[in-house]
Amino acid sequence: MMMSLGVVDREFHVFRGLPDADGEHIGEVKSFTVPVQPGWVVLDALLYLQAHNAPDLAIRWNCKAAKCGSCAAEINGLPSLMCKTRLDHMPLDKPVLVRPMRTFPLIKDLVTDVSWNYEINKRITPFTPYNDDQSTWRYFQEDADRVQEFRKCIECFLCQNSCHVIRHHRKFNHFAGPRFLVRLASLEMHPLDVADRIPFIKEEAGIGLCNITKCCTERCPEDIRITDNAIIPLKERVVDRYYDPITMLLHKIGIK
Amino acid sequence: MLEAFLSKNLVTQGFGKTDRKDAWWWEQVFTVVALTVFGLYGVYRAFENGFYEVGPYLSPFYSPNLKALFPQAFDWFQLSPAFLILWAPLGFRGTCYFYRRTYYRAIFNDPPACAVDKPKQGLLRPLADYTGETLFPFILQNFHRYFLYVALVLVAFHWVHAFQSIFWDGQIGFGVGSLIVWLDTILLTLYVFSCHSLRHLIGGKLNTFTGGIFSRIAYFKWFNQTKLNQEHWLYAWVSLFTVGLCDLYIRLVANGTITDWNTWGLDWSGVGCLH
Ligand code: SF4
Ligand code: SF4
Ligand code: FES
Repeated sequence: MMMSLGVVDREFHVFRGLPDADGEHIGEVKSFTVPVQPGWVVLDALLYLQAHNAPDLAIRWNCKAAKCGSCAAEINGLPSLMCKTRLDHMPLDKPVLVRPMRTFPLIKDLVTDVSWNYEINKRITPFTPYNDDQSTWRYFQEDADRVQEFRKCIECFLCQNSCHVIRHHRKFNHFAGPRFLVRLASLEMHPLDVADRIPFIKEEAGIGLCNITKCCTERCPEDIRITDNAIIPLKERVVDRYYDPITMLLHKIGIK
Repeated sequence: MLEAFLSKNLVTQGFGKTDRKDAWWWEQVFTVVALTVFGLYGVYRAFENGFYEVGPYLSPFYSPNLKALFPQAFDWFQLSPAFLILWAPLGFRGTCYFYRRTYYRAIFNDPPACAVDKPKQGLLRPLADYTGETLFPFILQNFHRYFLYVALVLVAFHWVHAFQSIFWDGQIGFGVGSLIVWLDTILLTLYVFSCHSLRHLIGGKLNTFTGGIFSRIAYFKWFNQTKLNQEHWLYAWVSLFTVGLCDLYIRLVANGTITDWNTWGLDWSGVGCLH
C-alpha cells in the first residue's frame, strides 16, 4: 500500500492570545492532538479543534477554496493560506505550528487587523478610462493578458505580511506594500487608462523602499509574479520619469 | 490601525530567528561563498596583469583590452588594463535586479530569508532605519540601464573574441579553449539580453500593444524577451561561473600548467604574456 488512508493523530501547536494596548501579539502556543483525515488541510484541523477542544478559538475563513483570501496565517513559519496548505505535505512526526500574520496587529488568536490595507487602497486613483463610452473601448487580447495576471489577486495580504519593509520596519506610513504595487501596475499598464500615478508610486507608495528581495512573490498563493511583472516594471517607469536624463528630457518636450 | 503599532522602527527577535523549519539558510551560505570566491579571484586576476592572452584566446577579464587596441590613447595608464574594463561588468552585475535581490538578502540581511528575522541594531546592522533604494548609494541602482548600454557593447566585443578564438594563423579550427570561450560568450549574451531594464525599454514601457505596426513589433520583442527574463537568475549565476572558468582556463594554459588540445596541433602552453 502506498500510504495509510486511515485517520492519524497529529500534534498541532496553535497560537492563542490577545493584543496588548498597542496591538502587539501577547499569548502562547498551545498544544493539541487532532485525528487528521486523509486529504485534510490545516484549516480542517483547526475547525476540528474549534468544534471539539477550543470552541473560542478565533479563525477567519470563508471559502475554503483559496479564493476569498481570509485565512492567511503563518504555518511552520511560512506565510500561507490555511485552506491551501495540505497536511500530507508536512512531516508526520513533527508538530504543525500555526501563528497569526505577524505584520498586523492582533485581534484574537489567529485573526489580525488588516484594515491598514484598505486605507492604502482608498488612496489609489481608480481606473480612469480615456472616455466613458464603453462601446468604443477596444484593445487586443495581449493587452488584457498582461493585466489579467494582476487580477488574480485575492487580497489575502500574505505578500504584505512577508514583505520585510512592513514586517520588520513597519513602514506602514511610507510604503504601500506589494499588493498595492500590483494594483498600481494593473492600472498603469491598462490600455484604456489615462491617469498618471507615477508621482504617487514614487512618493506616497514609496516604491524606492522595495529592495526587490521577492518574498512577496515567493509567498503569493496565486503565483502572481509580483516583483518581476509589477514592481520592477513600475521601478523602471519611475526611472524614466525621475532619474534617466534622456527619458526625462523626452518627457519634458512631450515625447513619451 | 493602532498608531502605537505603526510607529515601531525595527521589529526583530535577533538575527536568524524564525519559526521556519526548512533549510532557509542554504541560499545565504551559497551566495556568500560564491561571491567571496569569485570576488577574491577577480581582484587577484585584475592585479596580476598577465597570463590573459594565449594563442587565439583572450580572457573575458581583459576584454576588450583597450591598452592593446589604442596604445597611444592609453599610454598614461600604468595599471593593469583589466581596470579599464572591469568597472563595466561589475557595475552591470552590481545594479542588476537579480544580484540586488541576492546580495541584499545574503550580505545585508535585508532580510536574510523570507520570514526570518534581521540582526538587531549593532555590528551587523549599523543603522536602525531602513531606507531601501531611496538614498545614496543605493539610489544609484536606478541607473542600471546605462550599465546595460555598456554591457551590450561588451557583448559585441565578446562575440568578436569568440570568432577570433576559432582562427589562428589564418586557419580555421578550434580547441578546448574555443569551446570555453564560446560557452562563456553565449551565456553572457543570454544574461545581458534577459535584463529587466531591457524588457522595459524594448516594449514593457508601453501601456498598449494595440496601435499600429510599431506596437506589434514591440509586443513581439517584449513577449519573447519575457521568456528569457524569467530565467535571468539562472543566466546570472551560470555566466558568473563561466566567466571565471574561461579566465582560469586561459590563465592555466598561458602559464604552462595545462595544455590546450586543439585542431591546429599547436602547443602554446606556457607562452602566455606576462607584461
Ligand atoms: S520584493 Fe519588494 S515588495 Fe516584495 S517583499 Fe521584497 S521588498 Fe517587499
Ligand atoms: S498579490 Fe498574492 S499574496 Fe498579495 S494579496 Fe494578492 S493574492 Fe495575496
Ligand atoms: S478560506 Fe478563503 S482563501 Fe482560505
